[in-house]
Amino acid sequence: MTPKFNSAEFGVVVAMFAIVTVLGFVATRWRRGTSLATVEEWGLGGRRFGTVVTWFLLGGDLYTAYTFVAVPALLFGAGALGFFAVPYTIAVFPLVMFVAARLWSVCHEHGYATAADFVRGRHGSAILALLVAITGIVATLPYIALQLVGIKAVIEAIGIGGDWPLWIAFAVLAAYTFTSGLRAPALIAFVKDALIYIMVIVAVIYIPYKLGGYDVVFHRASNALAAKGAGTLLSSSQYLGYSTLALGSALALFLYPHAVTGVVAARSRDVVKRNMALLPAYSLMLGFIALLGYMALAAGVKPVGGTKTAPDNNTIVPVLFNTEFPHWFAAIAFGAIAIGALVPAAIMAIAAANTFARDIYKPYFRPNASDREEGLVSQIVSVVLKLGAVGVIVGLKLTFALEFQLIGGVVVIEILPSVVLGLYTRWYHRWALVAGWIVGMGLSVYMLYVTPSKTATHFGSASFAFSTWGFHTSVTIWTGIVGVVANLVVATALTPLLSRLPRGNDETSPADYLKEEAAAMATP
Amino acid sequence: MSGEPRPRLRNRWVLVLLLVPLVATLIPEFYNFNAPSIGGMPFFYWWQLLWVAGVAVCVAVVYFATRRAR
Repeated sequence: MTPKFNSAEFGVVVAMFAIVTVLGFVATRWRRGTSLATVEEWGLGGRRFGTVVTWFLLGGDLYTAYTFVAVPALLFGAGALGFFAVPYTIAVFPLVMFVAARLWSVCHEHGYATAADFVRGRHGSAILALLVAITGIVATLPYIALQLVGIKAVIEAIGIGGDWPLWIAFAVLAAYTFTSGLRAPALIAFVKDALIYIMVIVAVIYIPYKLGGYDVVFHRASNALAAKGAGTLLSSSQYLGYSTLALGSALALFLYPHAVTGVVAARSRDVVKRNMALLPAYSLMLGFIALLGYMALAAGVKPVGGTKTAPDNNTIVPVLFNTEFPHWFAAIAFGAIAIGALVPAAIMAIAAANTFARDIYKPYFRPNASDREEGLVSQIVSVVLKLGAVGVIVGLKLTFALEFQLIGGVVVIEILPSVVLGLYTRWYHRWALVAGWIVGMGLSVYMLYVTPSKTATHFGSASFAFSTWGFHTSVTIWTGIVGVVANLVVATALTPLLSRLPRGNDETSPADYLKEEAAAMATP
Repeated sequence: MSGEPRPRLRNRWVLVLLLVPLVATLIPEFYNFNAPSIGGMPFFYWWQLLWVAGVAVCVAVVYFATRRAR
């Protein structure tokens, strides 16, 4: 089923997109540094973002289009399990508060731009740094593609056939990210968040009011879910899956290159710590957005797009807006979702491109590359990544976009021992960390491989069923937790055994991890 | 300019505050119930939403307690 094309909605969305595009190009001039064409300036905005900009940047970066589309879709399809997004985005802040502060200090002191830069400096291992860089890039690619799912859902709900709007949207995004770098998404994030806060506040008051209150919403959702064998509460066999999904996703979040970029681009250590108390405001919004999935169930929304047997659940939020809101407001909400996808997609592409330029291109292809050349490579790679993401989305059919993000999390958490433990201790031997990565990643990928979904035989889900290994239980666990525990066990066991092998050179000192901005301000 | 070692935290116990939101939200056995509901929203949902505010307060307290004196 394809909805009828709505030209008024299309016009509003295109107009909003045009405004954002202008902002994206104007951003080049915003707080401009000496030269734009280096990783420092283009890729990190000159490391000058204060509390407010960092809040919008990290908020736009971490609470992505998946927030508006995939989380409600999961509640729509699977019930209470989908609400894991709330404990996930609660747990992340106490867990990473001091980790992020230490990372900021050491990166500022030594000019590191990426997690792999830090790992090379801390552990003195080129191989380990390469593994960290590749892990980050591989985990980010599906995440960029995931952002497109949000735009695609909007396009389908407006009733446009074909993938051409996706190509145009991303070509324009690629163009202004190429010229403006991290400043573009930082500036656009203001507009995006203003729109999204308006949309959410209206939606969570107006839609339940129209449907007859939250008790009606939960009651009807519960009945609708019962027909699918799910419910608005967890079953006891889902407890472990829920907890590990939330905890693991929280541990993985700040290991992503785009999160590191957001932290490193802050002006001071204090800005980073302060933001850990301010960012939960987004989690509250996320929680209410998640409930849109139940509102869609209560309103009897039928997903559109996809195939006849497997309709695209990701379209339920746009369809809900279309049926419940007047068209002019639905159009603004669609614009908000589409713009909400552009900001993180830009930051992710910049972060992955910085990682490629700094940690793969320069050390392995052009050791003598200038800062200018490094910056240019990063700019070009960011364009390639975005177009690649469109290709992935156009080529693959997705039922639950969220699985994309979960698989990315499973991959990226494998760098936790090298990065997070590395921020606190030098005890681990570099080769033990390499071995831990190989074992953990191997185990995780194997577990993902043998996990089917309704539509695929492999890589179906990041929730691993113990029944796969012959246990008589329906309990599942988030695959990444198993992988990272295996990684830690191997790294810890091998470190004493490898003590005869030479250790890497550590160019950092304990005080580097605690430095405030003062020392760095002295350098031009 | 060399970084001076950070002054030791006088109140290290304040860091325990960072554990409280984790315990409160990562163990579904504690909150996987319908009752008591508020405004039609089951306990499961409003409890976790409440802890979004809870975590902001806990992290803010730790932030002020660990801020270097100026």
